[in-house]
Amino acid sequence: MPNSNRYTYMFVALMALVSALLLSLVKTGLHERQEFNRELDMKKNIMMAAGAYREGMSGQEVADAFKRGFAIKRLSGAGRENVPAYYVYGEEPAPEAVILPVDGKGLWSTIKGFIALESDLNTVRGIAFYEHAETPGLGGEIDKEYFTRRFQGKKIFREGQLVSVTIAKGEMLEESDYGVDGISGASLTTAGINRFLRADLERFTPLLQGRAQQQEQR
Amino acid sequence: MTKKTLDPLVGPMGVNNPITRQVLGICSALAVTVKMDTALVMSGALIFVLVGSNVMVSLLRNLIPPRARIIVMLVIIATLVIFIDQLLKAFLYDISKQLSVFVGLIITNCIVLGRAEAFALKNGVGASALDGLGNGVGYGIILVLVAFFRELFGSGTFLGIQVVPLGLYAQHGGWYMNNGLMLLAPGAFFVLGLLVWLQRTISGYTED
Repeated sequence: MPNSNRYTYMFVALMALVSALLLSLVKTGLHERQEFNRELDMKKNIMMAAGAYREGMSGQEVADAFKRGFAIKRLSGAGRENVPAYYVYGEEPAPEAVILPVDGKGLWSTIKGFIALESDLNTVRGIAFYEHAETPGLGGEIDKEYFTRRFQGKKIFREGQLVSVTIAKGEMLEESDYGVDGISGASLTTAGINRFLRADLERFTPLLQGRAQQQEQR
Repeated sequence: MTKKTLDPLVGPMGVNNPITRQVLGICSALAVTVKMDTALVMSGALIFVLVGSNVMVSLLRNLIPPRARIIVMLVIIATLVIFIDQLLKAFLYDISKQLSVFVGLIITNCIVLGRAEAFALKNGVGASALDGLGNGVGYGIILVLVAFFRELFGSGTFLGIQVVPLGLYAQHGGWYMNNGLMLLAPGAFFVLGLLVWLQRTISGYTED
């Protein structure tokens, strides 16, 4: 009997059913906690991009500091309903930093991150990547501090035109305000970042340039 | 308990260690041993999966259809791995992020399927549980040892606490530098190789 096809199929089907049932129970039970963690991690990375995160801050401290210092904003106007929310650090109308969400395809996965701009809305204050499934040790290095640090002080506009920051394949041939050294073994991941960083900055260009002009007039 | 009943437990912790003797489970041993905390959590996850899968397979060993046994064992293992992965995401989010894919990859860890096939399918529940625990702890000991040396020489810390005096470092006027190689995969190879050598010198085991 245990060798018949019928028994084999029945047994495997039953196993799969029991296993699926158990796992969906677990997932449902833990979902709320996991979402909470994910959100906290996102806030932490917004703060890291903005340079407001200190090593060793507890979850509660992150949540408090975020609530105190950061405001969530949305673009208004026709055709901009699909542009995601962005964040402002410090008091309006002259905030310390503006943090824009950037996300897109890397090599294996969707990479999500934030880029923070100084109050001139041109200089990069910091960048952080918080969700991805790139190869650990290669593309996965993009979330490490030694890499994200390279973006600090770079510029995204040249004479009013968006140029974005481009990650080089390997090392930069010469110093540039608009490029950073890459990671060897992560060319495809960083090529993906170059694409979506530029595209996402473009979405926010009306905001950035509008604001910059307002500031000059003041 | 006699010495024989404890064999499945003690053997894999020492002379029959799954990593240093059988050279299984190397991939994760290299990947998650940069720091002690990830190595400890990874060991805990593997011990849980190994004991759980051994017990389950042993309980079902007379019911599992022989022709589909690998599939059935993989379903059991995968269920346990997803369970522990979800648990880590809920309660140890930061560490689970650092471990990234490696908890999920326990499914393909040769030790787990190896013990299920070689031991749990033929032995009782108690012995299988001990065998799972022994192999899991044996794996864990090596992981933690490798992580201890890599973290100490690579970062100068122990479980995140600075142990090499800061005054010794070059930037504070000393002469000491952390060994960056230890943070990379080759560093793990060196430490692991030395451990295999040490263990085989003591046990006198040779590969023939």
